[in-house]
Amino acid sequence: MRTVPITARITMPGSARKGEVVPVRVLVRHAMERAANAPGVAPTPRKILHTFLVTYGGDEIFRMELSPGITANPYVEFTTVAAESGTLVFEWHEDGGAIYRREAQLDVT
Amino acid sequence: MRDFSRRAVLALPPAVGVAAGSRARTPAQASLTQVQSDESFTEAERAILAGRTPIAGGVVLDLPPLSENGNSVDLTVTAESPMTREDHVTAIHILSERNPFPRVATFHLTPRSGRAEVATRIRLATSQTLVVLAETSRGTIHRTSKDVIVILGACVETG
Repeated sequence: MRTVPITARITMPGSARKGEVVPVRVLVRHAMERAANAPGVAPTPRKILHTFLVTYGGDEIFRMELSPGITANPYVEFTTVAAESGTLVFEWHEDGGAIYRREAQLDVT
Repeated sequence: MRDFSRRAVLALPPAVGVAAGSRARTPAQASLTQVQSDESFTEAERAILAGRTPIAGGVVLDLPPLSENGNSVDLTVTAESPMTREDHVTAIHILSERNPFPRVATFHLTPRSGRAEVATRIRLATSQTLVVLAETSRGTIHRTSKDVIVILGACVETG
């Protein structure tokens, strides 16, 4: 499995108190191309990010299944409880098997 | 049926297993060229409910009642839940009545989410009803719906 970095803006605090609910906002650059099969156009398969998953200290804390009904440059907002200092790993799975990955650090005091 | 060789029978189950496993992980190649889902809105809702009767309320869908452009409609879903290990929201489904694909998005949450609150932006083909289903760890399912008016849809009309 190849993993590649991707243009994404991850907005979350860098540090939080233990037990605090932390909002995480993620905007990723992706065309989310839908399948096309119209007269006069060569049929093209879809190419979207179909799964978005987030792990925190190795445990899965959030997972989203996306469809062609999600906008280009998908935006997602969710929350997580600050448990211990660690890395949040954001992973996007694209049609065709490519996996994109980004990381963010959360310091818990 | 005696003509089944031992080799042919032995070869069968793993092959079937591999096919099923790969489908769960990534969509089958054929489905990638589909411009419309095989599953209707009612079929999708019935599949998620799995025989359970939904409880009205307990979940709020917030989005503008009127959208000029269906290409990007911002929405927020909030479910009432203590989000403890015993009682938390496990999944939030967004279903569209008149989009080509009824299952717009599914969010999987855990007690570590802290709050059952998610937001995203979706495409809407036309004016329609959106349905949100929230599944809890206790096996209950909450439902809400909202009518939206879309002036310019996200789908190009062909033919």
